Formats: sequence, structure tokens, C-alpha cells
Amino acid sequence: MLRFLLRRTLGSIVILVLLTVVAFLLFFGMPRDPALLMCGKTCTPDALENIHRTLGIDKSIPEQFWIFLQGLVMGRDDFAQGPCPAPCFGYSYHTNEQVWSTLMDRLPLTVSLALGATVVFLFVGLGTGMLAAWRRGTLVDKSFTAGSMVLSSMQIYFLGPLALAVLVYQTHLFDEPRYTELTADPVAWFTGLIIPWVVLSTIFAAQYTRMARSSMIEQLQEEHIRTARAKGMSRRYVFFRYAWRGSLIPIVTILGIDLSSMLGGAIITEYTFGLPGLGHLAVESVQFSDLPLLLGVMLFAAAVILLCNIVVDAAYAFIDPRVRLS
Amino acid sequence: MTQEDVVLPAPREAEGRSEAEAGEREPLLVVEGLTKHFPVKGGFPIRRTVGQVQAVDGIDLTVAVGESFGLVGESGCGKSTTGRLITRLLEPTGGKVSYRGQDISHASRRELAPIRSEIQMIFQDPYSSLNPRQTVGKIISGPMEINGIEPEGGREKRVRELLEIVGLNPEHFNRFPHEFSGGQRQRIGVARALALEPKLIVADEPVSALDVSIQAQVVNLLQQVQRELDIAFLFIAHDLAVVRHFSQRVAVMYLGKIIEVGDRTSIYTRPRHPYTHALLSAVPEVAVGEDSAPQRERIRLAGDVPSPISPPSGCRFRTRCWKAAEKCAAEEPPLVRISGNHEGHLTACHFPEEPTTEARDEDIVLDPALAALEDGGEG
Amino acid sequence: MTTVTKEAGAPVPAGAGAFLSVRDLHVSFRTEDGVVGAVDGLSFDLERGKTLGIVGESGSGKSVTNLTVLGLHNPMFTTVEGEILLEGQELTTARESELERIRGNKVAMIFQDPLTALSPYYTVGRQIAEPYMKHRGASRKAAWERTVEMLGKVGIPHPRERAKDYPHQFSGGMRQRAMIAMALVCDPDLLIADEPTTALDVTVQAQILDLLKDLQQDTGSAIIFITHDLGVIADMADDIMVMYAGNAVERGTVDEVLRSPRHPYTWGLLNSMPRLDSDPATPLAPIPGAPPSLLNPPSGCRFHPRCTFQDRVGGGRCVDERPLLAPDRASACHLTADQKRTIFVEEIKPRLG
Repeated sequence: MLRFLLRRTLGSIVILVLLTVVAFLLFFGMPRDPALLMCGKTCTPDALENIHRTLGIDKSIPEQFWIFLQGLVMGRDDFAQGPCPAPCFGYSYHTNEQVWSTLMDRLPLTVSLALGATVVFLFVGLGTGMLAAWRRGTLVDKSFTAGSMVLSSMQIYFLGPLALAVLVYQTHLFDEPRYTELTADPVAWFTGLIIPWVVLSTIFAAQYTRMARSSMIEQLQEEHIRTARAKGMSRRYVFFRYAWRGSLIPIVTILGIDLSSMLGGAIITEYTFGLPGLGHLAVESVQFSDLPLLLGVMLFAAAVILLCNIVVDAAYAFIDPRVRLS
Repeated sequence: MTQEDVVLPAPREAEGRSEAEAGEREPLLVVEGLTKHFPVKGGFPIRRTVGQVQAVDGIDLTVAVGESFGLVGESGCGKSTTGRLITRLLEPTGGKVSYRGQDISHASRRELAPIRSEIQMIFQDPYSSLNPRQTVGKIISGPMEINGIEPEGGREKRVRELLEIVGLNPEHFNRFPHEFSGGQRQRIGVARALALEPKLIVADEPVSALDVSIQAQVVNLLQQVQRELDIAFLFIAHDLAVVRHFSQRVAVMYLGKIIEVGDRTSIYTRPRHPYTHALLSAVPEVAVGEDSAPQRERIRLAGDVPSPISPPSGCRFRTRCWKAAEKCAAEEPPLVRISGNHEGHLTACHFPEEPTTEARDEDIVLDPALAALEDGGEG
Repeated sequence: MTTVTKEAGAPVPAGAGAFLSVRDLHVSFRTEDGVVGAVDGLSFDLERGKTLGIVGESGSGKSVTNLTVLGLHNPMFTTVEGEILLEGQELTTARESELERIRGNKVAMIFQDPLTALSPYYTVGRQIAEPYMKHRGASRKAAWERTVEMLGKVGIPHPRERAKDYPHQFSGGMRQRAMIAMALVCDPDLLIADEPTTALDVTVQAQILDLLKDLQQDTGSAIIFITHDLGVIADMADDIMVMYAGNAVERGTVDEVLRSPRHPYTWGLLNSMPRLDSDPATPLAPIPGAPPSLLNPPSGCRFHPRCTFQDRVGGGRCVDERPLLAPDRASACHLTADQKRTIFVEEIKPRLG
């Protein structure tokens, strides 16, 4: 199994390298000249040449790529802005900041948002889903199922402003969304993110309610469940020990996808609540044609997705011995 | 409507062919040294082939025109793979499959096209082998369409004819598979196989998914089709009684090899290979209307069939055989006619058993748990 | 008791000496298409240490009956009427906690496909130890010792190591042995085996059947053996009950039923099966048609649409009147006892020769 994970890791690295090549060629091989944008209205050929040199795009594309790769691994000091330690994605065209440190600045917010929301929606979604499965066919089940249908058809840009309007601006029950470092002030961190968490997790939770319910019900129809019941194990025991274990597989699969996309930046949520996370950064980089930044955000998101996949695979192995031992 | 009521179009030959006669007819299908190995992937860091599942490992068999040849064996013996190799759903790793003298073991799709219509297959599961979105008429006329065959009077007439042959109501050609019961669905499968007037039908466990009373209906139908349309059958099944009932000649497979082959009387009453003895003795039998059942030998093997990834050296059965000796591990026994065998009865064993299935002086109980419990009970 | 005088009659009171006694059991399911009467008025008794074989095709109600004995039906969609008495205790109305004490302890079950019937997520040893800990209050360690002992007894080599393996690491036959070990871990008085060898190869089936017989000798438990295979029943059972479309149609000892079967359905089954010693030139004589839908079962005798002997009864009784199954040796058919005997001897038996 360890071999399998190692192989997956190696494979992921290969994918990441290929992705870097493709992305780099797409961005820097484009006929569009980023220097023109920076040069402004009073541009002279000399000035343009100068900018080309500072940006390092006067060289051939393969040469540029090699320098870029070297920078990723070992860092670079050929930038006018100063040294750029590994992993070096270069300096942003727009802010002149190091891309990596920009990413790292924005990351805590995105991670806080994603993990906080995940905790909430897993708790609520799986809880309600399992309760619905336990009481299948009853009023509880039916109302949870109906409720989750309604909620999962909602959108963040609808629920978000609604929550802001009602819970924050009218009733003042909650603070306005704002990001504070967890280490600086844990209480402010919590109160500032609670509304985004709730809104984000409402939509996800509904989906997990339905999934947990259906996969529990499916598991409960497995023959080994009947066997366990036939040897006298109680319904509760069978539910939580036998059915629950099997129903985790589809849940973990979807969770991996959701988590990786949220960690790559929950664009709509961040914009709805004005939180400057990675998603925000991605949009900014597109707006300003900030190629180094865009490349950095993209590769970072890709790495997160690949990492999540490996974690999901490891989780499968943990849950299901058939995966572990094959 | 049962098949007894059905009138078949112009039977080419009267029924009641003797077993010996069948063996003398010209060969339709000749299989020589047929081998199929499936690669096993593994290894680190780059996955590569680390082993071979020796599903079929060098088998020879001949099916004559109009003959029914049975292939029995337990799961994993390679009987289904053999069927798929012969119909070329799979490509052999080695050996040769000749149909009417033409080598088809590596024939391309185009080369196979004319032969495909003559070799048809019937599958085990009547539920999954029929497309649920097609009407029965469409399913049965499918093979005609693919092969561009326009029978006299049109395809629909032919479909009705076929439905009647297999004992279904010809008016039902517009219905969908789910409107039929399991046995009826298997009849649809038979009708589809008959659509192109095949010369050889490979039937892979055609009745094992059906209830006992329905099984008999389908067996009778196949038998009637076989006799009256003079179609050769390769009948693959694990049920020894059904195979005996259906096939004039029978081959017993174990771990990718044929270990014994012969006409049905030889195999079932004068078996020589220890595995054939064990198989036959394991079949639970009803003695109906008898005062006491005939005493048959009792042989209880230990454990299950070993993995075909690393089969035992020499004789593959030796790990479960009570007669195994050093020679069995060192030397693979050839499939030959051993002294005392009737003609055409071949056995692959260094130390063959007596040709009888009658009870022995002492049961052969190799299973340790059984041996322990039975000894404890007596002593 | 080989001749039956009373051919009709209401269900009799529960057999006094019987260990398990089922009286006039009706089980029906609510489905989207309507109500399925899966078991319709079934009565039988089972004595300690005996083996009752229940034969029937799919949909005959043989499995449903036994799930109902243990209360393993889904109560939301199922209606159960009648009596199931286990040592005098009524099970149909028993509380869930009461049933849990019985399951796996006094009555255990083994199922057809040991691969799907064992959980893939826990080791074989743990799954065997669980009921022992629950019912006997044994410690983890004691339960583990017992597990290893049971695995050894059913013939698993190196039981101490194999107990730590998962079901998928076992071969098919070994898995079924593990299932048997699990069922017998608490020394049940009754073992219900639902097609336990159908998914197995014939040589492995023979091992498992013999193992069950030998273990029964050893422990003295009663067995209800459910199968579609008359050959297996002949090998295993003391008594036979033949079921068709939710009814028992024939009952008796193995000798009685197989030596002189009395119901047209039993005849049909026997005529449908090729045997190792039957004449291959004689075509099989299948039962025409297919089993009925239990959503809308046939009136009168449920077998009448497929029965080739109903014209010998006359008066349309087969269509109008349901034949009842008397206790002990009996068959639920309107043919007279003489007719049954003559038909079997003159028309059925010669075909089987």
C-alpha cells in the first residue's frame, strides 16, 4: 500500500511538471507582450527593451522555462526587486511582490474558510443524512430529504447576501465577515468567519445529507449487514460499525473533490464576503494579466488537488482493507 | 407454449445418432495447444507485468460437425476462457484454433466476419446479455443486420420463425426483454444465436442461472436445436449431470488443462483420473423410487483449487491428489490413452485409478477437518 | 406414519415435543406494484438434532420463512401473521431485544454467498468473536481463543494467523467455513443454512456438506437446510418440505418423499433434473410454464396452471379449492392417495429409471 501511495506521489509530481510546461508555454508563449502593458502610454522601444530585460522575457522560451524551473527548485537572485528564494515563481508584474509570499499571505484565509466550512458541513450533513437513513421513511427522513433538496439548489451569491442582510446588517447578531489571523486573535478569527462558514457549509451540507442518506441506505441493504443482524448484533451497532464504514467510501471521494476545490480558492464565496483569499488572488491576477502570479496560483491549486487525491487514496486504504492489501 | 408443440423447419437429420457415429464425422473445430495467459500487473516504481494467470494452458480438442462436446470443470479451470477463445472474443496467447480447416486464432475482424455468423455464443446470464432498450425483434435480427443478411420473406418473418422455434409467441417480437421471465429470456438468447444458421454454438453455462424446472426446458430446447438443425455444440458447464445429459463427448478441465477426455460413458462410468473420480463422487445424487441408493465412492478433497498464477509443477492436480508421488511434481503427465481405456478416452495421469465409480473399501477423506471430526466420532 | 388418512384439516396445535414450531405463517410484503404474499399459511415442526430440508425454486418463500423466524424481515414493509414458537416462546411478537438475544446464540444462520455475507471491513476473527462476546459476555481474549478454536474445527489451516485475515483473503470454500465457524461459535440449538453451498464448486460443496453433517453429530444442533437442489437435500436432511409459491406442497421423511413422492410439483422437479445415472437418450420432462407472480397468485391450488394432472381431479377443484397439507407425511394435492401412488409408479418412476 505504501508502494501504491509512493507511486501515486511520483505520478503526481510528473503530472505537476507536465502541467508546469503546458501552463508556462500557454502563458509566456502567447503572442501578447506583457511589457506593453507595463510600459504605459509614453512607451519607447528602448523602454520596452528595458522592461523585457527586467522581466527576463528577452530570452528564448525554452531558456526562460529552464530559468523558471531552476527558480522553482533553487530560487533566483536575478530580479531587480531582490532575491527570490525557492520555490520562486518570480515577482508579480502588478504589485512587484514575490508571488510565493503573496500566495502564502493569502493562504491562511482560504484554509480557514475551507476547513471551517468542512467541519460544519460534515457534521451537519453526515449527521442529518445518517439520521434520515436511520429513520428511513418517517417524517424526519422526508423533511430532511426535502430540505436538502431545496438547500442544495441554492447559490452562494443568493444565500450569502441574504445572510449578510438579515443576520449582520438588520439584526446585528453576527459580525461582518472579516479575516483576522488565528494566532493574533482567535475569537475575532472565529466571529469574523462564522457567516461565510455557515453560508458555504449550508450548500455543501445539503449535498452531504443526501449522499450520506443514500449511501447508508445502500449499505444497510448489503448482505453482510443481514449477517451481522443474524448473529444478534443490535441495529445501532450494525449501523455504526458495519454500514457506516462502507458508506464512507463515496463520501470521502466527494469530500476530496470539494476540499481541493475550496483550498484552491472559493472564488464566489471570497467575493461575496469580500475576503481576499486565494480565489480573490486568482481573479486579480487575471484582471491585471499578471502572468507570474496567475501561473503561481494555478500551479498551487493544481498541487493542492493532486495532494487531496493522494490523501483520498490513502483514506480508501484506511477504510477498506481490500484496497490496502491489493 | 412449450417446445413440444413446436414444429421445426425441415430437420436435416433424424435424431438418435449414436455416440460412436458422432466421433467419426468430419471435424468442424480443431483446437491445438490453445493457450491464454493474462498478465498480472505490479511492481514498483513502474508497473509492469510480474506474472501470468495461466487461464488456459495448452489444450487440444476437436468438435465434429453436429456433435455436442461438453467441457466441465470447477471455477477457475479455464473453461469459460476456452469458450471465449474459440469464439474469438479473446485472442489466444498461443496455439491454434481452426474452423473448417481455416486458422482463426489470430484472424482480423474482417477475416472473422464470415465465420462469426457460423460460430455463435449463448451466455449464462439471460438478464445482462440482452440489451434492455431493444425489442426482442431487434435483438434477434441484430446479427442479420450486422452481417447484411436479408432472408427470404424479410427479417421480420425470420424473427417470427425463430421465436417459434425457441417456443416463444411469434407475436411478441415487439416486446422488451424485461417483459419476459428468466427462462424466456434465455430462449431469446438461443433465437439470436440461431438467427444466422450457425454450425457451431458455444454455450457458456447456458442454464446455471435458471431454476431447476426452467433449466430442463432450456436443455430440451438446446438438445432439440442441436439434433434437428445439426448444430455442433461446445457445452460449457459446471453441472456434471447436465453436461452428461447434453454431450456425447466430455472433457474435464483443471487449472487450464484438459486432464481427461472421452465419450460420456467412459468419463462417467470408467473415469481414470483421480480428479474426475473426486468430481463425480462429490455430486450429490437423488435415488428416486429406489430402496437404497447405489453405493458410490466417497472422495473428499482438501482445500480449494490453487491459483492459476503459479500452478503446481508437473501434474497440476498433485497438490490435492492422494496418489501424488515425486514423479507427479517432476513430470507433467501427457494426455494419452492409457491401457484399459476405450478408444478416444484420454487421461493425463501417471498413476490412474481403477475404471469404476463404485464404493471403495475405505473412503478417501483428505480434508483435515472432516478427518478429525470423523475419527473423533468413531473413537 | 407412511400412510395418510386425513388429507384435509385446519392447522393443528403446535407439536408438543417440537423445538421449533411454525403455525399458519403468513408473510406479505408491500411493494410498489402491490402486496406480495410470499408465504401463505405455512406450518411445520422441527425436533432437536434433526435436519429439515426445505426445497423450492426462487420465489417459493423458503428463504423468507427463515428470515422471518429470526425476525430479520424489514418491519416497515412486511406483515407477519401466525405463530413461530421456539421452545414455546412466541417469536412473531417478541421484542427486538429479545430476538437479538436469540439470534446467533440459540439460532444461527449461514447464507449463500460467503463473500457478500461477510463484511469486507473487519477481520474474519473479529466477525466470529463478536457474537461470542455479545452472547457469552466473554472478554476479548477469551473470544479470540474461542474463534481460533472454531476456525480450527471447521478446517482452516493455521487458524491463529488466518483469524487476522480479511474475508477477501480467503478462498470461497474457506470463507464458507469461516461463516460456519461464526454461526456455531455460540453452540446454537438451531442452524438455518440458506443455500450454503450454491455458490461453491462441487468438490468444495461436498466438503462443506460433510462438514455440516459431522459438526451436527458433534454438537447435536437442529438444522434447517434450504436449497433448490434435491440431490443436496437427499444427502443432508432427515425430513423434507417441498415449497411452491409460498406454500408447502409436500412433506415427509427423506425416504418417504424420495421413494414415493406424491405431489405433481415434486414429480416435476425430479423429472427436470438429469442425474449421473439417468439415460441420456430420454429427454428431460420439464414443468411447463414459469412460477407465478405472487402479486397475483393463481386461485385454488397455486400449482394448477402448470399441473398436467389437474384433469384427473375433475370438478374444477384445482382451480377453486386450495388443497391443504395435513401434518406428518402428506402432500397438498386434490388427487386421491391411490391416484398419487399409481401415477408415480406407472408414469413417473419409469421415466426416472
